[in-house]
Amino acid sequence: MTLTRWHKPNLWNAVPARRIASLRDEVDNLFNLTFGRLLQSPQDSGPGTQLLEGWFPAVDLFEDKESLVVRAEVPGMKKEDIEISLHDGYLTVSGERKQDQTYAAAETYRSERWLGRFQRTISLPCQVDADKIKAAYTDGILTVTLPKAEEAKPKQIPITVK
Amino acid sequence: MNAVAQQNERPVCAQAADGEREYLTPRVNIFETPDRYVLEAELPGVNKDGLDISLDNNVLTIVGRRTADPGANVLYRESESADFRRVFELDPAIDTGKIAAKIDQGILNLVLPKTEKVQPRRISVA
Repeated sequence: MTLTRWHKPNLWNAVPARRIASLRDEVDNLFNLTFGRLLQSPQDSGPGTQLLEGWFPAVDLFEDKESLVVRAEVPGMKKEDIEISLHDGYLTVSGERKQDQTYAAAETYRSERWLGRFQRTISLPCQVDADKIKAAYTDGILTVTLPKAEEAKPKQIPITVK
Repeated sequence: MNAVAQQNERPVCAQAADGEREYLTPRVNIFETPDRYVLEAELPGVNKDGLDISLDNNVLTIVGRRTADPGANVLYRESESADFRRVFELDPAIDTGKIAAKIDQGILNLVLPKTEKVQPRRISVA
């Protein structure tokens, strides 16, 4: 039997603190979703499930050094029908997709696409400069760029040694 | 009347394997009027260049390729970055030479006109 030196295991390497924080954020965001997510298609819902219907477009949140970027997949909308608002560190994207009247008289074989109102709220992890927010809608994807406020940008702090 | 039938019956948000690639199944709405079928597919993030529609006998394959993700740090992600693919078996009454496609803000609008002889019409009595 060989005697080897025992190294105390560093638990923080196994579960980095950053991952625990992101789990908390995920649970926070879960409270923004409602039971509508359980239903995937309008065809699934019958008269008894009216309460649970809803369109929940997928939303992503990215970050780089200068800004936060929120991306929502909302194809088939007109830009007048989308509203974006910022309040208290939460960004809300909402809108309404109206029924295209061109085919109202036609017979429908499959109806998988969602129609009607949607609303997604996402909490922003840091302060943003509200005056410089830009939004673009291309190829059905809404991209909102929120430049970080000066205080929120990463800074290098010089160390003086006395 | 058997109309535009789907070859692969899958839940809409599942990923279908095609060899090594995995694809997402886009949602579609299909309508029929007396002289044509109209198919609307949701392909967010796909523009004219990323769209690939092909027809082989009566089988219509729609593939939508998306541009790669920006390199920024992901804080929270719900969308999937795979490309879209869906296959349909067309009604033989469709005039395949006259199919027209248009894509706008991520919605593909495909018009499939029916052949002349199938359209409803009155037959006059001599």
